[in-house]
Amino acid sequence: MAEIKKKGWKELAHGDVLEAGTAAEFETGNWRSERPVRDMNKCISCLICWINCPDSAVILKDGKMTEEFDLKFCKGCGICAKVCPPKIQAIKMVPEKKSGK
Amino acid sequence: MPGIKELAKREEQMTGGHRLCSGCGAGIMARQVLLAASKHKVICTSSTGCLEVATTIFPYSSWKVPFFHSAFENSAATCSGIEAAYQALKRKGKVDKDIKFIAFGGDGGTYDIGLQSLSGAMERGHNMLYVCYDNGAYMNTGIQRSSASPRGSHTTTGPSGKVSYGKKQYRKDLTEIMASHHIPYAAQTSIGNWRDLTTKVEKALDTEGPSFINIFTPCRLGWAYDPAITIELAKLASDTHYWPMYEVVNGEYKLSYKPKEKKPYKEFLQLQGRFKHMLKNEELVNEIEEEIERRWNRLLKLCGEEVQQ
Amino acid sequence: MAGDKVARTGNEAMAEAMRQINPDVVAAYPITPATEVAQLFSQFVADGKVDTEFVTVESEHSAMSACIGASAGGARAMTATASQGLALMNEMLHIASGLRLPIVMPEVNRALSAPINIHGDHSDTMASKDTGWIQINCENSQEAYDSIIQAVKICEHPDVLLPAMVSDDGFIISHCMEVIHMLSDDEAKKFIGEYKPERFLLDVDRPYTLGALDLQDYYFEHKRQEIEAMNKASKVIVEVGKEFGKKFGREYGLFEEYRMDGAELVILVMGSTAGTTKTVVRELRKNGIKAGLLKLRIFRPFPFKELSDALRGAKALAVMDRSDAFNSFGGPLFEDVRSSLYDLEKKPLITNYIYGLGGRDIGLDAIKGVYDDLKKMTETGKVEQVVNYLGVRE
Repeated sequence: MAEIKKKGWKELAHGDVLEAGTAAEFETGNWRSERPVRDMNKCISCLICWINCPDSAVILKDGKMTEEFDLKFCKGCGICAKVCPPKIQAIKMVPEKKSGK
Repeated sequence: MPGIKELAKREEQMTGGHRLCSGCGAGIMARQVLLAASKHKVICTSSTGCLEVATTIFPYSSWKVPFFHSAFENSAATCSGIEAAYQALKRKGKVDKDIKFIAFGGDGGTYDIGLQSLSGAMERGHNMLYVCYDNGAYMNTGIQRSSASPRGSHTTTGPSGKVSYGKKQYRKDLTEIMASHHIPYAAQTSIGNWRDLTTKVEKALDTEGPSFINIFTPCRLGWAYDPAITIELAKLASDTHYWPMYEVVNGEYKLSYKPKEKKPYKEFLQLQGRFKHMLKNEELVNEIEEEIERRWNRLLKLCGEEVQQ
Repeated sequence: MAGDKVARTGNEAMAEAMRQINPDVVAAYPITPATEVAQLFSQFVADGKVDTEFVTVESEHSAMSACIGASAGGARAMTATASQGLALMNEMLHIASGLRLPIVMPEVNRALSAPINIHGDHSDTMASKDTGWIQINCENSQEAYDSIIQAVKICEHPDVLLPAMVSDDGFIISHCMEVIHMLSDDEAKKFIGEYKPERFLLDVDRPYTLGALDLQDYYFEHKRQEIEAMNKASKVIVEVGKEFGKKFGREYGLFEEYRMDGAELVILVMGSTAGTTKTVVRELRKNGIKAGLLKLRIFRPFPFKELSDALRGAKALAVMDRSDAFNSFGGPLFEDVRSSLYDLEKKPLITNYIYGLGGRDIGLDAIKGVYDDLKKMTETGKVEQVVNYLGVRE
């Protein structure tokens, strides 16, 4: 992960000003012990997993589901797999290898 | 009312990379509120709490919209100040955009320490939406009891023990307090129902004047449950009548969701560590269930719905 | 209204200054003896004399919170308060300065509870001395009026960006009618200029986060910036005071030296008591006694260097505190003055008088008695009593 160089007090913007959306630089994927895997043959692109993800880790393309998850952010909570409609069950949680990613 | 496909076309206003717990309900709440709001230019404030702390650890902010935090008890007052600045600067021609204002607060920052500030802002009629994300305790400081904590729940300042079953009191009904301010829009919703949540946020933001939404938001850490069931648990809260979803539009009550079949409150309890100690206390569970039904039936009457005995 | 000589109470003078500033947002809550300031201002709003958004908040905590929101939003924001109101704001005072928001607040000095009391002493602003606010203390209505106008310019200076409170003594000044010289509305407007913040929340196309969580790795740097702003504020205060003097004939600095030429017996005091002291000094000088007065105007930032320079020639110094610090070693003004003198090779004998708590009157005789004490000190070369309580019944 690209570490933001820490500025000294003379360089920092005054008064705790922080640019918008910079957390996109921060990796939380390394918290994960399980990762979601999507079966695109089963997925009906209902977007329920997307709307219920706390970490903006479900990736859409042109308003449709893709196979990928944003593993930089995904913390492996498993909500996506759980909210996938019972008759579809397109997402499985699989353990991360011990070495990490 | 936005469909999910419509929401998916909108720009996300909250990035990943925040430090909320894995499976955190507040993350889902904030994303959905911002998606629903994203057809407007919005400015957000938040009281001190998990949402604020975990999304703005310097130098990383998850907020793509202007975001402001000052203290714990004053999200509403602070937001009302920005809204007043907007009215003044717009009048003077220094700001030309149409902007909406959303103040966030947890239940501690809203039901308890921020109640006065919220009441004041609502009474003054600022054009702003206040969103309370209710997870039933002071989670950011480590799961202390709030006036939103459910009866019988174990918290770190209202623990269960040899002579206590945890919190003795029922939760305060904040949405009712807000409705009593006779603001044009007050509602209760849940992250268990994205459609209801996003619809209500859109309605609130389209309302001229102050509006309030109370959002049921499970906390995996404070409630001690498997994070995968965050949404399921939120649904159960409504299916057991514990957390009714309704709205009060210009004084008119309207029920937003009626479960086909009411589920026993115990189903909601048994999935959470915070209630583990009281599962065998049937007398207590029954007593609570009765109170839940009394409140539910009262709400049905207010909504003009038929009360089933 | 053209610049003119008018009769105004302290509160009216403060409200007139606010009218001429015409802030974008005023959020205020009633509290004796400052209530009138907001009350008079609300009438200006009602009569269309200002185009301010007036927010009638439900507490002083919310008043300061709303001002903080408004200021962060990009507005020029003001409130007015006193005593318990200032105490209730305390948490937010630190946040206003920490977020570098140039809010200006007229403040009317009143004793803090308990016991409850509504009259003037300095315990309220002294309890806020370490909040990162600039503190300007005024002797009379004229100074209060002039200082509020100047404060806007000082606070919004890019080297400063700090909030300021401008105080006068409750009832003694706030409710006392005096003749003051006012600027014309146009002069006041031109002097303070337009507020153009570099970043502001309502600039939605340049979104940013303000008030983020600063942990071990950034808090210190942001606080260091704030300290630097306070360091630089002294210079700006003097510059603005000079500019004001050049334009309107009343110059202001960090403090006023009254008959300090060759003064050996010196009283250092803030607020309305300076006026009483001036009368005593004039009389003593007539009798050949080398008495002088140093009236401190700027308590924060504290003018350590300038003050020690000014007191270099004094033989005995009495620091007058209208509040106590309850530290068992004198009042807050005494602490800072005494510390300022530490590096002087030849220090004056120094003593402290706690006086006027809860609005207890202080007359010419009491001040005269202090000069007598100072005289005795120079004769014996000793400070008999470091901390004295002036005007309390034993």
